[in-house]
Amino acid sequence: MTTLEKLKEILSECKGEDLDITPETTFDELEFDSLDKVDIVMQIEEAYDISLGDNMQLSTVGELIAKIDEAVANK
Amino acid sequence: MEKRVALITGAGRGIGAKIALTLAQDNTDIAVVDYSDEEAAKETLDALAQAGAVARYYKCDVSDFAGTKAVVDQIVKDFGKIDILVNNAGVTADKLIMRMEEADWDRVLRINLKGCFNMIKHVTPYMMRKRYGRIVSISSVVGLMGNAGQANYSASKAGIIGLTKSVAKEFGSRGITANAVAPGFIKTAMTDALTEEQKQAMYKLIPLGSLGETEDIAQAVKFLVSDCARYITGEVLRVDGGMCM
Repeated sequence: MTTLEKLKEILSECKGEDLDITPETTFDELEFDSLDKVDIVMQIEEAYDISLGDNMQLSTVGELIAKIDEAVANK
Repeated sequence: MEKRVALITGAGRGIGAKIALTLAQDNTDIAVVDYSDEEAAKETLDALAQAGAVARYYKCDVSDFAGTKAVVDQIVKDFGKIDILVNNAGVTADKLIMRMEEADWDRVLRINLKGCFNMIKHVTPYMMRKRYGRIVSISSVVGLMGNAGQANYSASKAGIIGLTKSVAKEFGSRGITANAVAPGFIKTAMTDALTEEQKQAMYKLIPLGSLGETEDIAQAVKFLVSDCARYITGEVLRVDGGMCM
């Protein structure tokens, strides 16, 4: 499963509906609030056994994928 | 109507068991979480089954962060969801502050207050995704008014009120309500052991003039987790016969 596919799964579960996302999709478009973002980060951290920190400023899905891939590579 | 699932801590006996039975009679399956051995909770589990509930026992120390996570995850695996969390587990170690040891303070705060945090912390991610949850934590009137000889217990019960209000604010947007029930003097084996003179002194403090029953607490919890209370959150419901007005 690619990072994008895993992220689609996590974001869809959090939103409670099937989301169609691409690396260009912005988080503003997805209308996640601060609580959703914390939940998403925690799920990613658990899924990949990585730490992303609390203060991530990300605007697109692609940026988040890059962060995850970087954290996984540095494990 | 779809059956709901309730996780109740300290449900093996006493007030927790009464809450479990009351909810079981109201179309709810029960995850009985208790520190004692399953054998001690057998009577409760049998009564829950007789009431038509699917009831399972989970041995757990609520003050153990990792242990509570494992139990919550297992309950979701077994029941498919958790709609209701009732934080009822609690202990006392009553002493005047002059005589209270650090260990007395730590143990009571760890079980009574941190135990609530642990459960809320691990249950809320599941509730958030369902956009629904009912959390009720059992506080006490001594958390509102203090009590000589119960500094640790009173502090833990006051802490539960602050925790409850914070949870209500953090998760309100996700359809999760959080409330506390503050029992007054409730009839238990401990109050049965009091002398008539002691009981009379106690009754003078209670406008309704008698001790409460575990049933009174259970009915308050049943109300707070029902649809009738859907617009109530961050509230402390005293069940004390008017003692702490």
